[in-house]
Amino acid sequence: MFPKVAIVGIGYTPFRPITPDVSFREMVFEAASKAYEDAGVHPQEDIDSFVTCQDDFEHGRSIWNMQTPDNLGAVLKPIHTNCGDGILGLIDAYMQIKSGLRSIVAVETHSKASNVINRNHLIAHATDPIYNKPLNINPYFIAGMEMNRYLLETGTTKEQCALVVSKNKTNALFNPLAAYGEKITPKEVLDSEEMFSPLKRLDMSPMADGGIVMVLASEEKAKALTDKPIWIRGLGWCSEAPSLETREWGEAIYAKLAGEMAYRIAGIKHPRKQIDFAEVDDTFSYKEPQHMEALKLCRRGEAGSMIEEGATQREGEFPTNVSGGSLGVGFLVEATGPQRVLEVVLQLRGEAGGRQLPDVKVGLAQSWRGIPYASGAVMILSKE
Amino acid sequence: MSEKIKELPGTPLSEKDIIEKKVLFTEWHPEFMWAWDTGIGYGRYFAELKKGRIIGTRCNKCRRVLLPARYFCEWCFRPVDEWVYLEDTGTVNTFSIAYTDWLARRIKEPRIPALIEIDGSGGVGIMHVLDEVDPKEVKIGMRVKAVWEPEEEREGAITDIKYWKPLKEV
Repeated sequence: MFPKVAIVGIGYTPFRPITPDVSFREMVFEAASKAYEDAGVHPQEDIDSFVTCQDDFEHGRSIWNMQTPDNLGAVLKPIHTNCGDGILGLIDAYMQIKSGLRSIVAVETHSKASNVINRNHLIAHATDPIYNKPLNINPYFIAGMEMNRYLLETGTTKEQCALVVSKNKTNALFNPLAAYGEKITPKEVLDSEEMFSPLKRLDMSPMADGGIVMVLASEEKAKALTDKPIWIRGLGWCSEAPSLETREWGEAIYAKLAGEMAYRIAGIKHPRKQIDFAEVDDTFSYKEPQHMEALKLCRRGEAGSMIEEGATQREGEFPTNVSGGSLGVGFLVEATGPQRVLEVVLQLRGEAGGRQLPDVKVGLAQSWRGIPYASGAVMILSKE
Repeated sequence: MSEKIKELPGTPLSEKDIIEKKVLFTEWHPEFMWAWDTGIGYGRYFAELKKGRIIGTRCNKCRRVLLPARYFCEWCFRPVDEWVYLEDTGTVNTFSIAYTDWLARRIKEPRIPALIEIDGSGGVGIMHVLDEVDPKEVKIGMRVKAVWEPEEEREGAITDIKYWKPLKEV
């Protein structure tokens, strides 16, 4: 039969606004060394296959993924690339193990976002060259338009979005890995500069650098390697139409369908009851309630009041983004999804320190590829 | 070629059509810029080049010297053990003679890219160019020496070495 798959090793560097002290190679080496130590494996002797998630434009060099083998200890070993969020890389590794092709697979993602000097141009380059680009507007307007439509359709308010920022940045104060922990009031968020209205400056997550490596293993290997395997119970992924003209603006359908797929695989019928906590994408403040609704963690239009009532706080009934999310940790480009998975693993292992949630057994991590696209992935993990 | 194309159906485009905007034409000049952190290994490597020295790092497990200097050994997957200064002499491992430029035009004086195994590195090399040599004379196994930029013009880059020339050993 198909083996169960677990995360048996995690390694990471702290997430920081800039990391001038290390090259991307040295950063990944640190994360990988920690992950292999955590899993008790040697990359050359024990790991069957490697996956890396990288985008050439993020790094300023063509076929950048070929730089990875050295940094992972994967020289002369099977390796391939996924040009997308790191959860897709974890899904890839899961499939390699599930199919019986491999027993132990390592997945790498990292961000050296601080090395990108003009991110706006990078994002604009992903929009349509004939239909969209000639309009010549800083492409973050896409997030502003999404927020506008989402608020209108659901009745969610800017004040509720500001509460998300306040909550996540406060959560980040308890996460030593987070770069942007801050005691901040919703009023300060609402008073921050208009950027791409209705988006204010503090509604947008700042960038951060950091590396994450994870080791996945089959049930047999997992049980031999560790006494704290975290099992991958469900996974899903989905992409909306790329065109800005035809896509859905108010609802995160990609997240909804990815969630449905993950719930089906995990056998989850009542997400809110069967899942203890969630790490959902909050690249922009409104994305958190939008994604919570898409993932059926509440009804549509209900997330705002859930946030208002404190249900998503660390002590609340359904803790959401306890890690601090992208607003508090920093946006990690391809490593954004893996940072969410990392938090779920730490919580389920009981290794989350000052922000540890009591009695958690099942957690959900979700990622969004970011503007200009509507694409995302979901992973459900459990202790047993 | 053009005679035959005329017989084919369809309307060919000329450069003139594009310049005169007779067809939809869009231009975009992306301002892409990256500033790569050199980190520990490459940082010191470039700093030493500026001083006119080649530095590598040694891994005591596989006993290789890594060039350009690295912080970790990719084979043994462990941090390296020490910094090692190397001579600016070596042996050509392989080379090519580039007779065409970026636009594939013939050039009179060809460029000679070569991998130079640095003396004392145990077979690890530097990617660079050869000069002051007749292309016909270049051979694998040839001994070469670095020709450096004058000190005041060095900037901590691989081009601080201008090129490598044949080494006449006594």
